[in-house]
Amino acid sequence: MRDRTAMRAANRRRTRVSTILVFALGLFLAACEAPQSALAPEGPYAQAPHDLIKPVFAIALFVFILVQGLIIYSVVKFRRRPDDDGSLPAQVHGNTRLEIFWTVIPALILAGIAVPTVQMIFSTMAEPEGEFMTVEVVGHRWWWEFYYPDYDIYTANELVIPVDTAVRLEMTAADPARDAANGVIHSFWIPKWAGKQDVVPGQTTFLNVEAAEVGRYLGACAEYCGLSHVNMRIRGESLEQADFDAWVDNQTSPAVEPTDGLAAQGAELFGTEHNTDIGARSCAACHQVWDGEGTRTPGVGPDLTHFASREEFAGAIFDVDDEEQLRDWLRDPPAMKPMQPENAVGMPDLNLSEEEIDALVAYLYALE
Amino acid sequence: MSQSTMTTGRRSVFSRPRAERGFTSWITTTDHKKIGIMYFFTVLVFFTLGGAESGVIRAQLAQAEMDLVTAEIYNQVFTMHGLTMVFLVIMPLGAAFFNYIIPLQIGARDVAFPRLNAFSYWMYLFGGIFLYSSFLLGGAPNGGWFGYAPLSLDNVSNMAFYAVGLQLLGVSSLSAAVNFITTILNMRAPGLTFMRMPMFIWMSLVTNFLLLFALPIIAVALFMLQFDTIFGSQFFNPATGGDPILWQHLFWLFGHPEVYIMILPAMGIVSEILPVFSRKPLFGYAAVAFAGAAIGFIGFGVWAHHMFTSAIGPVARSAFALSTMFIAVPTGIKIFNWVFTMWGGKLRFTTPMLFSIGFVSMFTIGGLSGVTHAVVPHNAQQTDTYYIVAHFHYVLFGGALFALIAGVYYWFPKVTGKLMDEKLGKTHFWTWLLGFNLTFGPMHMSGLLGQPRRTAVLPEELGGSVELYNLLSSIGVAVLAVSALIFLFNLIKSIRGGVASGPDPWDARTIEWLSDSPPKHYNFAEIPTISHRDEFWHRKYAEDEAGKPVAVPAGASEQHVPDAEHAEGDHDGHHIHMPDPSYWPLVMCLGMFPVGYGLLGPTPWLIGIGVVWVLMGFFGWIIEPVAEGDDDDPVVEDPAAPRSGVAAH
Repeated sequence: MRDRTAMRAANRRRTRVSTILVFALGLFLAACEAPQSALAPEGPYAQAPHDLIKPVFAIALFVFILVQGLIIYSVVKFRRRPDDDGSLPAQVHGNTRLEIFWTVIPALILAGIAVPTVQMIFSTMAEPEGEFMTVEVVGHRWWWEFYYPDYDIYTANELVIPVDTAVRLEMTAADPARDAANGVIHSFWIPKWAGKQDVVPGQTTFLNVEAAEVGRYLGACAEYCGLSHVNMRIRGESLEQADFDAWVDNQTSPAVEPTDGLAAQGAELFGTEHNTDIGARSCAACHQVWDGEGTRTPGVGPDLTHFASREEFAGAIFDVDDEEQLRDWLRDPPAMKPMQPENAVGMPDLNLSEEEIDALVAYLYALE
Repeated sequence: MSQSTMTTGRRSVFSRPRAERGFTSWITTTDHKKIGIMYFFTVLVFFTLGGAESGVIRAQLAQAEMDLVTAEIYNQVFTMHGLTMVFLVIMPLGAAFFNYIIPLQIGARDVAFPRLNAFSYWMYLFGGIFLYSSFLLGGAPNGGWFGYAPLSLDNVSNMAFYAVGLQLLGVSSLSAAVNFITTILNMRAPGLTFMRMPMFIWMSLVTNFLLLFALPIIAVALFMLQFDTIFGSQFFNPATGGDPILWQHLFWLFGHPEVYIMILPAMGIVSEILPVFSRKPLFGYAAVAFAGAAIGFIGFGVWAHHMFTSAIGPVARSAFALSTMFIAVPTGIKIFNWVFTMWGGKLRFTTPMLFSIGFVSMFTIGGLSGVTHAVVPHNAQQTDTYYIVAHFHYVLFGGALFALIAGVYYWFPKVTGKLMDEKLGKTHFWTWLLGFNLTFGPMHMSGLLGQPRRTAVLPEELGGSVELYNLLSSIGVAVLAVSALIFLFNLIKSIRGGVASGPDPWDARTIEWLSDSPPKHYNFAEIPTISHRDEFWHRKYAEDEAGKPVAVPAGASEQHVPDAEHAEGDHDGHHIHMPDPSYWPLVMCLGMFPVGYGLLGPTPWLIGIGVVWVLMGFFGWIIEPVAEGDDDDPVVEDPAAPRSGVAAH
């Protein structure tokens, strides 16, 4: 594979420095700083399982200490001594009471764990009580699409929701040209909001999420989905209701139409649904930029109507703000993120000239 | 010796090979011991390959955002690591022990179907070679060992090699299962009732029944997968009404019993070793035996716990949560019985004992994290993260592999007549224990802190603590590599110049130690009659008036000295009719190569060649004389001609 550009190299250098730092700070550091941790819930659908598992971990720890303690005790106490007379120890064949004891007690403990487990399986899978928002999720190789049916908004990789509001995700998977035949299984996971749920082509699965805090959350596809599985990340953004409303207002408005300069050239290059005469290299052949006419219909790739309002792109692995990354991406996408355009999965190298890239970058940044 | 019965021009192509030494004797052997040894050394090769793959994985993940290998290569490597360790290392290592130990422990001279046994080995070897040839033929499978459809239907996933390769390996295991079940049920020595069987035999029996019932399921699933890719049969294709979840059900309906297929032989081995080195019988023999059988049964009812976050409903999730918790009960019974086997004993910390204690300790950790998986709402956080990777390595590495290595140290004197070096063995154990925990312990944490599995790089965004844990894991693999080299060195050193072990180096309890070490090819000159559980021990020890066990004075019992029988009967095997070697298992299996490559798709005509070849081998198999000398060949009627290869020496 070709080099993943200077940014990755810089990352690696930083990594090396941070590894040394990590060593220096040792386990203290290990106790904090894990933005995708499943041990730090920040929403009710993550909190409930967390509260359930804590006593189970405690019981497991107790059994662990008990069994390991028995082993260590036996090893120390019953080791053959140097002054051993060679006689045999008492030939004990078993003990029925003990057998019953260690059959019944674990069974009772497990029954105690089973009851709340089953209750919670049903309660977390049911529709949220009271009002909730629905977002449709489509897992593509290798990016996420979010559609808000209440507002007719399409966006990608970043799931924006209002804080303290239950959201029910209706999820499925599809691939090129929305063809379920080519979709593969993914799994949606923002650990601080909820556990994961697989996303299956040809079926709809559901997941309830809710954020208790305003913030930006890390998530990732958790079911192996092929070449760029690791590059299929998710960002959860929870906003105060007013901010969310403002976000909705922006997202529901048509894309800006630059009238002059580089951005206008970019718009020309990009093409529109109504003007794709630049053929296969038309961005609009795969990416929608909704100009306010007709209905919003998503293309094969992510909707770019408000590209610049997002923070990350390409499966949330690159920063929108980083112009160099964006240029590198346009120059040769499969070199930046492993994809299989020959298998109709992912974005091909369009052989854009530097001038074309200048224009497209200006246009993309105009799509606030 | 092997040419001594060459009767000029009268031997047909269907006569049996006679070599007893050298290359030909190995490739034509039907001797369960030789086949067991071949399994073992083949496993060593594949273990090296699988270990090298784990090295690639850990090198790539040692730091965040590394690109030592491309995502494509990484995905091939982790897929092959899983396939290798499951199908080419742990399962066949179990089979190596089944082969070598089962006939000896039940007092038989070979397995029920010796040629089928050779066939199983060649299918295993060729299945492994076939799978690995994918690296040279366009790339190894990259869809994971679980091969989830529809990703595995995709031609870029190279999963055709997976479908055909596993099918070949499945045929190997299935025929072996039939063989061992028949052997255990029908060929036990007189008096060896079920409740007197060594625990390893019990666990082997359960394991082989699991194989018998589980393998057809994966065979069907693999055929369906292949029909989908080659003929467009649409079993798993959602676009045409197929169901990708059906694959998951079929795969795990095989895949979970598979876990017990890997761990039960290990449990059997530990149940042999702990009593010997505690100088006490196994605590709760019946409980351990029936807990094993219970695990076998319940093991078929827990498969969907691999699918708790898949598209299954709350009732299914609840039912499988309950069955998964339930299976912890018989597992716990076994653990407590092993601990209490040591309790009150006189423990000798030989290398096999250390590995067995290590097994009990490490497997307990894997069992406990397994119970936490059954808490379904939180399983949604755990599944597909490194927490799961940690769990199953504690079960299959800390569990199965520790016990299998214990078995290698324990039975090495049986196979070679020499002891393995104890000092190197102990170094191996402690470095192995350290490396293992350093590798897989931190994965519990990195998983719970949000690191997903099967990612070609370690994303930097997961944070410094996840990076630290990954670095520790990578260092752990380096320790394991050193430890494995110590083991290998010990093996070679001990095979070449190990100290002579004598027939009973451990003061063992079961009758495989009644035979010579290494055993004669007919195992027992006279089949022993069994009157006790731990028969061999009872021949060595009697109870005094107070019921206290004492050693039988030498000479007091005719049978207690392993070689006594040979002396008294002056047996040298002349009268013993042993199965003859055969070319046909090897010949027949070679035909599986063209069949396999033909099934990949592009060159279907190879299937024709392969089928003809296999049928030819099959025909030869049928038509060759049951035993040399039983032939209709008129020359054999000549009383001057020796009647058989065995007789010839």
